[in-house]
Amino acid sequence: MNPYQRSWFVRLATILVYFFLYAPIVILILFAFNASRTNITFQGFIPYGERLVMEGSLVRASPCGPFHWFCELAKNREVTHAARNTLSIAFTSTLISTIIGTMAALALQRYEFRLKTFSQISLYIPIVIPEIVMGIGILVLFTQLFSLLNSLLGLSGDARLGLGLGTVTASHIAFSIPFVTLVVQARLHGFDKSYEEAAMDLGANEWVTFWRVTFPMILPGVLSGALLAFTLSLDDFVITFFTTGPGATTLPIYVYGLLRRIITPQVNALSALWVSVVFLAVLAIQRLENRQV
Amino acid sequence: MSEFAVELRNVVKRFITPEGHEMVAVDHVNLQIRHGEFFSLLGPSGCGKTTSLRMIAGFELPSEGEVLIDGQPQGKKPPYMRPVNTVFQNYALFQHMTVFENVAFGLEMEKVPKEEIRRRVGEALEMVKLSGMERRRPRQLSGGQQQRVALARALVKRPKVLLLDEPLGALDLKLRKEMQLELKALQKEVGITFIFVTHDQEEALTMSDRIAVMNQGKVLQIGSPMEIYERPNNRFVADFIGETNFVEGEVRSMEGEWAQIYIPAWGRELSGRAGPGLQVGQKAWLSIRPEKIRLLDEPRVNESIQGRILDVSYVGADTRLFLEVSGVRLKVWEQNRLSSLEATHFYRAGDAVYLALFRENVLILRRE
Repeated sequence: MNPYQRSWFVRLATILVYFFLYAPIVILILFAFNASRTNITFQGFIPYGERLVMEGSLVRASPCGPFHWFCELAKNREVTHAARNTLSIAFTSTLISTIIGTMAALALQRYEFRLKTFSQISLYIPIVIPEIVMGIGILVLFTQLFSLLNSLLGLSGDARLGLGLGTVTASHIAFSIPFVTLVVQARLHGFDKSYEEAAMDLGANEWVTFWRVTFPMILPGVLSGALLAFTLSLDDFVITFFTTGPGATTLPIYVYGLLRRIITPQVNALSALWVSVVFLAVLAIQRLENRQV
Repeated sequence: MSEFAVELRNVVKRFITPEGHEMVAVDHVNLQIRHGEFFSLLGPSGCGKTTSLRMIAGFELPSEGEVLIDGQPQGKKPPYMRPVNTVFQNYALFQHMTVFENVAFGLEMEKVPKEEIRRRVGEALEMVKLSGMERRRPRQLSGGQQQRVALARALVKRPKVLLLDEPLGALDLKLRKEMQLELKALQKEVGITFIFVTHDQEEALTMSDRIAVMNQGKVLQIGSPMEIYERPNNRFVADFIGETNFVEGEVRSMEGEWAQIYIPAWGRELSGRAGPGLQVGQKAWLSIRPEKIRLLDEPRVNESIQGRILDVSYVGADTRLFLEVSGVRLKVWEQNRLSSLEATHFYRAGDAVYLALFRENVLILRRE
């Protein structure tokens, strides 16, 4: 038996790590059920069908009971709009970055070309450089590009190109590609080219070989890359903050805006939902990663 | 139908190594493989045998020269346009498909009607004794069964030529021996030309009609297993196939297919069959197989040479003797025709023995 397994130190360290990781999340979720408007201390759960006094103001009994704040959230137009933005950006950027990222991984695996090492290393750069630098960089790029295009094409008024859903989506695609590529590459590592050769040997051309053999074999890697891209896009604050425009508020941006005013349990309810979605996505990634080729 | 199933004409393949050096993997290779032949490419790893096979399949294109299949120059045709099929070393079975789907894949690509696919896949699986396994996944099969699926998958296409890249390498010894015989029988049955790549000389000798021995990108000798073993062209072939004793010497005279070689260590001349390219006055190797040296208890024949036993190892069918003969070490395999427990056939280290090297058993090979 492993001698470390019974050591009190290892147990304590494990407990502490889990505590620091999960206590904030547990508290956050707990406060989503708080019978308090200001959400400074926990006032207990909201009971079903009772009139409730919250910090002085009378609240009519909520049909949702303890889920009062979730119902309030659903009624909140701004939240639903931001959620819709967030999801549409996440889906679009995931789809496109997964396609491009997978193609890049395949190219890096298969072909020998000049600047191959450079291409490989340049994939890590967007991952390691501070997000704020990326954000500012993308912002400068877009504003310069748009002012040039606007003056060249003589666009004015509403027709003018500007920041919005499009720019946010484009920048999410950009920062997701390296992650997708690296995940798919890890999966391709050890992918024997003899499978593709066998398919071609049996009469399949390159296109058929890809769809009948290569793609099904790398699909778990592609899906886990896509899920990673999806959660990254869902979470992103910094780059979105720089590239968003009117009408393109995403959930992280919206929550940040709320926090500057008052922390209501609505934020907690939103966060609780969010954590659940991301948690499920991570579980899905894990299951895919463990599946064998 | 053209004269040869596969022909390689002056084929060269160069690679650029990752360090930027040029490497010649296949060096002006000429091969003419006949229809219905079981042909082996034999050589140590890196000798160019697999690259040659891959150029026939179309996975690699020759840097120079030409590959012809059934008389048709293949040029830059991709693998899916060539009338050959391959059995891969790692089988390369599609893990996400069942056995049936694997075997059916090649026929689907040819747009064969569904009914016919079902029938032909059934026949192919029956031929490799895997009927009833259609629904299994490759992972659920043993190594030997996977090998058969790979074979069925290639043969169901009825190729003109079947290419096999060390297909038995991953099997354990006993199964490998079984599969060797089975594969040979199968080849006879279907009558398709087999080109078989192996580094296992015994495997090549057991299975092939003809063997091409390769080293460093070059074909050194082509011949039947018997020719390759009994009449190797040069020292590499003699050394790579089976075991051989080599003794340094100098060619003194030549007459027809016979040559006289002077062995300085023994201070005497011996006679043997002259290898190709031999010239009088040249340095040469006397080469003789360990089982072809005759041991005598006393100097009966006037050509017999005295030696001393250094070591004896009993391996059941043979007794392997390691001798020293005037400063030259020789290996001698003595077949244990009589029980080795009989005192007369019991060899001990330190004993003196006499050996006879009959000229029919001696080969004299050029020293390059």
